Amino acid sequence: MFKKILIANRGEIACRVIKSAQKMGIKTVAIYSDADRNALHVKMADEAVHIGPPPANESYIVIENVMKAIRETGAEAVHPGYGFLSENSKFAEALSAEGVAFIGPPVGAIEKMGDKITSKKIAMDAGVSTVPGYMGLIADADEAVKISNEIGYPVMLKASAGGGGKGMRIAWNDTEAREGFQSSKNEAAKSFGDDRIFIEKFVTQPRHIEIQVLADSHGNCIYLGERECSIQRRNQKVIEEAPSPFLDEATRKAMGEEACSLASAVDYTSAGTVEFIVDGDRNFYFLEMNTRLQVEHPVTELITGVDLVEQMICVAYGEKLKIAQEDVKLNGWALESRLYAEDPYRNFLPSIGRLTRYRPPSEEASETHAVRNDTGVFEGGEISMFYDPMIAKLCTWGTDRASVLEHMRVALDSFEVEGIGHNLPFLSAVMDHPKFISGNMTTAFIEEEYPDGFEGVTLDESALRQIAAAATAMFRVAEIRRARLSGRMDNHYRTVGDNWVTQVQGQNFAVTIDADKTGTDVKFDDGTVLRVMSDWLPGQRLATLTVGDTKVVLKVEKITNGFRLRSRGADMNVKVYNPRQAELAALMPEKIAPDTSKFLLCPMPGLIVSVNVAEGEEVQEGQALCTVEAMKMENILRAERKGVVAKIEAAAGDSLKVDEVIMTFE
Amino acid sequence: MTNILQELEDRRDVARIGGGQRRIDAQHAKGKLTARERLDLLLDEGSFEEFDMFVAHRCVEFGMEENRPSGDGVITGWGTINGRMVYVYSQDFTVFGGSLSETHAQKICKIMDMAIQNGAPIIGLNDSGGARIQEGVASLAGYAEVFQRNIMASGVVPQISVIMGPCAGGAVYSPAITDFIFMVKDSSYMFVTGPDVVKTVTNEVVTAEELGGASTHTKKSSVADGAFENDVEALAEVRRLVDFLPLHNREKPPVRPFYDNPARVENSLDTLIPDNPNQPYDMKELINKLGDEGDFYEIQEDFAANILTGFIRLEGSTVGVVANQPTVLAGCLDIDASRKAARFVRFCDAFEIPILTLVDVPGFLPGTSQEYGGVIKHGAKLLFAYGEATVPKVTVITRKAYGGAYDVMASKHLRGDFNYAWPTAEIAVMGAKGAVEILYRNELDDPEKIAARVADYEKRFANPFVAAEKGFIDEVILPHSTRRRVCRAFASLRGKSLQNPWKKHDNIPL
Repeated sequence: MFKKILIANRGEIACRVIKSAQKMGIKTVAIYSDADRNALHVKMADEAVHIGPPPANESYIVIENVMKAIRETGAEAVHPGYGFLSENSKFAEALSAEGVAFIGPPVGAIEKMGDKITSKKIAMDAGVSTVPGYMGLIADADEAVKISNEIGYPVMLKASAGGGGKGMRIAWNDTEAREGFQSSKNEAAKSFGDDRIFIEKFVTQPRHIEIQVLADSHGNCIYLGERECSIQRRNQKVIEEAPSPFLDEATRKAMGEEACSLASAVDYTSAGTVEFIVDGDRNFYFLEMNTRLQVEHPVTELITGVDLVEQMICVAYGEKLKIAQEDVKLNGWALESRLYAEDPYRNFLPSIGRLTRYRPPSEEASETHAVRNDTGVFEGGEISMFYDPMIAKLCTWGTDRASVLEHMRVALDSFEVEGIGHNLPFLSAVMDHPKFISGNMTTAFIEEEYPDGFEGVTLDESALRQIAAAATAMFRVAEIRRARLSGRMDNHYRTVGDNWVTQVQGQNFAVTIDADKTGTDVKFDDGTVLRVMSDWLPGQRLATLTVGDTKVVLKVEKITNGFRLRSRGADMNVKVYNPRQAELAALMPEKIAPDTSKFLLCPMPGLIVSVNVAEGEEVQEGQALCTVEAMKMENILRAERKGVVAKIEAAAGDSLKVDEVIMTFE
Repeated sequence: MTNILQELEDRRDVARIGGGQRRIDAQHAKGKLTARERLDLLLDEGSFEEFDMFVAHRCVEFGMEENRPSGDGVITGWGTINGRMVYVYSQDFTVFGGSLSETHAQKICKIMDMAIQNGAPIIGLNDSGGARIQEGVASLAGYAEVFQRNIMASGVVPQISVIMGPCAGGAVYSPAITDFIFMVKDSSYMFVTGPDVVKTVTNEVVTAEELGGASTHTKKSSVADGAFENDVEALAEVRRLVDFLPLHNREKPPVRPFYDNPARVENSLDTLIPDNPNQPYDMKELINKLGDEGDFYEIQEDFAANILTGFIRLEGSTVGVVANQPTVLAGCLDIDASRKAARFVRFCDAFEIPILTLVDVPGFLPGTSQEYGGVIKHGAKLLFAYGEATVPKVTVITRKAYGGAYDVMASKHLRGDFNYAWPTAEIAVMGAKGAVEILYRNELDDPEKIAARVADYEKRFANPFVAAEKGFIDEVILPHSTRRRVCRAFASLRGKSLQNPWKKHDNIPL
């Protein structure tokens, strides 16, 4: 086996590969840019080599820099992870020229599958089902109708040069095909100066389902089931699972076998993924093949028990696969949630900064339940602007889909991330979405279900009652602790009452508390009782409770007269009042948020280092607008709310006084 | 007999209704609670004991003798906050607009005298139109009687003022003398002269809110220490503050049962200081990670944000924190920051609250506005405050401690008990670049030489070890163990006893 391998990547995937290598007794070499000097993968590896400045195109994807690191450290093989150089045939060639093993497929396979048209042709030749269509040019509307009929409606007419939805029409019949041909031709001519049109089958209710294959250099190829990756936002996968809730055994087998024949057709070795689009009738069509380890590979590992990275290393070393197709058993259900440093409340704007708190749920594995978190960051680490905003992959495993969803809900609620904006609340929201729960989703799920973006979850009545019960029980415990402060008057202590009015998401719950040694009965005014049991103590940031018979995990922060609680994608300022306080609080006027100024003023005397936005640009709340240097310190000024930049009054290099206008908003 | 008892109840009912339902409704319509409702929120349920409920004014001018409501526009007494005794007065705007008469003042003075004698804080809820004009100089005399007691109480018992309505003219000077002033947003204002007089005298047109609203006093004037959304929140937060304060100057700060491990390790603090020395970081993160349960009661959050002041608890016990904030003006000291921190340090010292100082200071802010504004004397206030303080003082230098600002920020030389530094500390007369430009003036036209000089200087002086070699730093500590080290330091200082030489009083450069 290899003695030492280099991981030509960063972040969670570098850490992931290092883990398998360590398990196999292989020494590891990390590479890092200036921005990653203190990164987790650098700490985990046995050696680390600096390879350049922060931008990836000056460091991680500069083949020569990586080759230099290999020579310096004497690594015998390279794992490229995903992205960066993972599907770069020149890199694979450079490695083979120096006799270094590439932990991935042969150069030829990368090249062939790297080209969309070539790969589709090879797939057709290998008997893989592809989206039916006519690749040639279409002369006129009559020909368009004729071809559409041959393919079978519905069809999609697409501009050759197309993109961004322009020059695209869906036709369900001859008339629409005729009209669609003309209008997309016109639109294509106008938009791209190229009016060539082609026709393809339109896939209705599309789902993205992919097959994991694994091949060795001895002609063996197996498939390890599928992954369903339909939950995507702008082609960025967000949640994946294995198996797919949609496939039946026959379709799975057919897809798997076709995937293997495609792999064999290009003499594939190592792990690879064949992506299919599947329609509502379980017809599947080849999309493309990813000749690398996929981000979402852990779900396959969780249901097959196969360590894909270990397999890749063995295959690269020339070993035969030890697993045959019949050894592959799909066991239980696995789910992956990708944690992105993107703020869902600010239209998923990437968020950078210091991770002031980062506490993933603890990893565990039992007969019925597993939690795995693949991460490349740590508390106190920096999320930089230079790389992918994905910072962790939280996976859960369970015996069936319903249980794995529940494990994921709890795991997401237990995941503490502060300091940056992140999509945890959005992930939680999806876990409770009826359509996702039913398994009946398509690639348009996020677009259709969250057309106006995400604004947090409004909980239903029964969930609100659970929160109210939990908050009241916790608040009472905290008040009792306060009432034990030193310096009290003897014998005239404060008695903390049992009656409370708890306000959650605009609803008031009048409750009475009856506490004993093991828990707290919270009685609502309609007579129903929820028993709250927890070992939570005041000041703890995470509360794990049983409310009634439901497990509830809350992120807790103290606020005036209550807590900020976060759970299940809801972010709530919960107020807990005694009855008198509640009565008086009701008299307090609602405050309307003041109209913040339409100006960005310089908050201190300083020098404008850069202006990050342009006139006419729409900015999101929290977006960096400009950087001012004062006292040799750079201060980033951010948008206080969403708006459009009307005019920029200052330029980089200007020296401003305090309260001078930098820019105005519409 | 029953009739006699009933008469008491009847009289009480009359007193409780204050200025009557119509005025109570008007008070509510303004988003304000009544004087009694406020006391219900401020004090523990059922703990209020009232004094002087039946006191009525003695004015016979302007037909005032016809209207002598019980209580005379202020409710006074004592109660408890989490079982700890406080004296309170709450002005009743529904009775003569809460205006201050001779008897109204006497009621306040009575509870102030008791507070000083019995050692318990005084909390005033202010909602008053000002002097009762009908009473003339008797009203002014009443104010002065209150001021005199505020002055006598200063440093003896904590005094807290909450401005919950108008507070104008002479009335402002009682809160001004107290330790803390809090305001309610949109419904309170404070000024010496109101908008009408301002317009007559200076032709300046200004609204009451602009002239003396919560925003003005928390952001611009620094008269107020904090502002809250409404009466309910303001009073809840006053309760929270009282939980941090000793009841009087002979008592140690209160201890609350705590569940946070004093030895808690915070590995993330090892990366708090950015690699780039010009990049700011948020000092509040350090404060939150040091203190019990991340509980930080900030004082003057919106003013001079280049320095942070407030209370935390360590092992359940109150500690005052002063910290430079690198995210604002690089954390430098200026006039406002010095005044803000000096007053806070003196409060802590007066009430035996230990002081934790977190230092990352590049120096004093240069410039004409600072010098013309008297930064010399204002900066000296902070220096003075630290130097005279006899409470336990623990200092942690996280990064820069340059020049005179190093001396000021609770240095060893100002009787610091524990002076710690992180390995990232740079304790020097000034930054490397500035120093080299002075020391090697004749090499300035050779950028390469200068760069080498800067590098040399940094290597030699941009660290804590030069100071540690001299004993000015007691120990260089790892950031992740700061909580443990600081907790142990304060624990070891619980028996500290230090007396300044006898003097009538000092002469701080005011």
